[in-house]
Amino acid sequence: MQLVCPAGNLPALQAAVDNGADAVYAGFQDQTNARAFPGLNFTDAELRAGVAYAHARNAKVYLALNTYPDSVRLAQWHGAVDRAAELGCDAVIVAEMAVLDYAARTHPGLARHLSVQGSATTEPALRYAFERFGIARAVLPRVLSIQQVERLCERSPVPLEVFAFGSLCIMVEGRCQLSSYVTGASPNRHGVCSPAKFVRWHEHDDGSRTVRLNDVLIDRFGPAEPAGYPTVCKGRFEVGGEVFHALEEPTSLNTLELLPRLASAGVAALKIEGRQRGVAYVASVTRTWRAALDRYRQAPDSWALQPGWQSALSAHAEGHQTTLGPYHRAWH
Amino acid sequence: MTMMKLSLGPLQYFWPRERTLAFYRMAANWPLDVIYLGETVCSKRRELGTRDWIALAGELAGSGKQVVLSSLSLIEAESELGALARLVDHGDFWIEANDLSAVQLCRERGVPFVAGPTLNVYNHEALAMLVEDGLRRWVPGVEQGHQLIGELREGYTAGGATMPELEVIAWGRLPLSFSARCFTARALDVPKDQCGFRCIDYPDGMPLATRDGQPFLRINGIQIQGEEITDLGPELPTLRALGVDVLRLYPQDVGTGEVVAHFDLARRSLTVPPRMGARNGYWHGEPGMRMAASVEEPAVA
Repeated sequence: MQLVCPAGNLPALQAAVDNGADAVYAGFQDQTNARAFPGLNFTDAELRAGVAYAHARNAKVYLALNTYPDSVRLAQWHGAVDRAAELGCDAVIVAEMAVLDYAARTHPGLARHLSVQGSATTEPALRYAFERFGIARAVLPRVLSIQQVERLCERSPVPLEVFAFGSLCIMVEGRCQLSSYVTGASPNRHGVCSPAKFVRWHEHDDGSRTVRLNDVLIDRFGPAEPAGYPTVCKGRFEVGGEVFHALEEPTSLNTLELLPRLASAGVAALKIEGRQRGVAYVASVTRTWRAALDRYRQAPDSWALQPGWQSALSAHAEGHQTTLGPYHRAWH
Repeated sequence: MTMMKLSLGPLQYFWPRERTLAFYRMAANWPLDVIYLGETVCSKRRELGTRDWIALAGELAGSGKQVVLSSLSLIEAESELGALARLVDHGDFWIEANDLSAVQLCRERGVPFVAGPTLNVYNHEALAMLVEDGLRRWVPGVEQGHQLIGELREGYTAGGATMPELEVIAWGRLPLSFSARCFTARALDVPKDQCGFRCIDYPDGMPLATRDGQPFLRINGIQIQGEEITDLGPELPTLRALGVDVLRLYPQDVGTGEVVAHFDLARRSLTVPPRMGARNGYWHGEPGMRMAASVEEPAVA
C-alpha cells in the first residue's frame, strides 16, 4: 500500500518525503483546492522545486484540484490542470466533472484521481467516473464501514485510496453545506470550511470563552477546558433539553489497527489528512505510518500494533482523541 | 407567459405508513404538476418499501401528474444499490438521481433523470455532460443562487443549446448535509443499528439550537437541514426572469396543502406574493441562514 501524505508548503513536502511518503499531495494558492487557507499552498516555483525534490527521492506529487468551479471561473480550474501538467505532477486529484473531462481530453497522460469530494461511494458511481473520465484511482468518502470498503475493493474498476489518519469530516465530503449555510463560504466553491475570518473568540471575566462563527454560537468553554477550532459539525448544541456534541466530538480518525485488513482488501493507498498542519505533524505522522507499513511488508502475519505508534499519532489528534470513525459500525 | 410548474419534493422525513399514504392521496388533488416519491435519506425507513413507492407512483400517475422516483442521497450498502436498480428498471418513471450511482444506472439503461440537489452540478459543462447521460431536468444545489444559476444558463445557451428544465427549491427546510452517522440515534443515545426507527416520532425533524437558545438546524436521521423554512415566493419575478420552469415545495408535517395553494395562486398572478417563510440567503449570494451576519457585515467581537 502506498502512503500518501499532505504537503501544505515546501517544508512539509520535504518532511513527508524525508520520512517515507510514497506520494505527497499539494495545492495551488487559490480556490482550486479544498485547503484554500491564507499562507498555505504552493506557487508554481515552489511546486516545481517540490516536484524535483520528490522525484529525486522516488516519491510522487499529486496536485489537489478538488473544488467545484462555477461557469464563470471554469477557465481558472482548466488553467490549474495545465499548470499541474507543465510542472511535472504525477496526478491530479479532481472532484468535478468538467475539470475531469478537461484533464482527460487535454492531458491524457496525466493520471486522474477522483477526489474524496467527488462523493463516489459505490461501484456504479466509480464506474461512471472510470468510463466517463478514465480515472486511474478514486479516494473513498469517509462514510463506509471496513466491510463495505472490502466489498468495494473487490468490485471497483479502479484502485482505491482511503483515509487513514487525520481530522475527520463526518459528513459526506463534497455534499456538506454547513459552513456555507452559516458563512456563505463553502468547501465546494471556495475551498474552505469555517474560514478563520468569520471566527470570533470572546473571553469572559470568569475565564470562560465563547466562540462564534459569523455570529452563530458554536461553543462555550470553561476556564481550563481545551478548545478546538470551531466548525459547525464539532460544536456543542442543545437538542431535546441537553447540551452535547450533537454531531461529533473534536476527534481524529486513526485506522492504524485496521492496516492488515485494508492491505488484505487490496486498498492501493492510504491517505493522511492535514495540509493545514505544520512540519512537525507531517514528519511524525508520516514516520509512524511508514514504520507500521514497513513492518507489515516484512512480516504481515506477525504484525501487531506498537504502543509507540499509537501514542505518536494521538499526540497529533484533535483533542488528543482518535476514533475508527465510520470504519467501525458502532460509530454510526 | 408560460406558467411555472409546481412540484412536491420528496418527503424528507419518516412518517407512518398510513399517514404517508393519506398525505399523497390528498396531494393527488392539489394543483401540482410533478410529484417526487421515494426515500432520499435513510434506507432503514421502511414504512413504505421500494415496491410500495412504485405502486404509489402508479396510482398517482393516474391523477395526471408527472411522477418521478427519487433515489437515496447516500448509498453505502449493496441492498441500497439493489433498491436503486429496482426503481430504475421499472422504466415507467423518470428518476431523481441524488448521487452518481443513480446517474450511472440511468445512463446504462437509458432512463431519463432529474439531477437532484445533492448531485453537485456547478457549471454548464457538467450539465451538458449529464444531458448526454439522459438528464431532463436540473435542481441546483442549495448553495447555488440567482447569479450562479444565471451564469450557468448563459454559458450553457451561448453555443445555441437549449437548457434542460430548471427546478428550484422554493419552499422548505434546506437539506444541508448527509453522514454515515445517524444524528437522531445519537441524540437519543441508541446505536444506529438498533435505532428503533425513532425518527418516526419527529415528523418535522428534531430541532437543534445553539447554546444561547437560537434555533439553528434540524436533525433528520443522517441528514442535517437548516432550521428555517425558506420561501422564494417573494422572488417569483426574478425566478421567472431567470427561466425557472418548476418550483419545488418540500412536504412538511402541517400546512403543505396551504403552501401548494399559496404558490398556485402566486404563479398565476403578476402580483408578488407576501412572504410566508424565511428569506433564503443563498438565493442572494449570501449565507443561507437569516440569523447569521452577512458577508458584507462581518461580526465584531
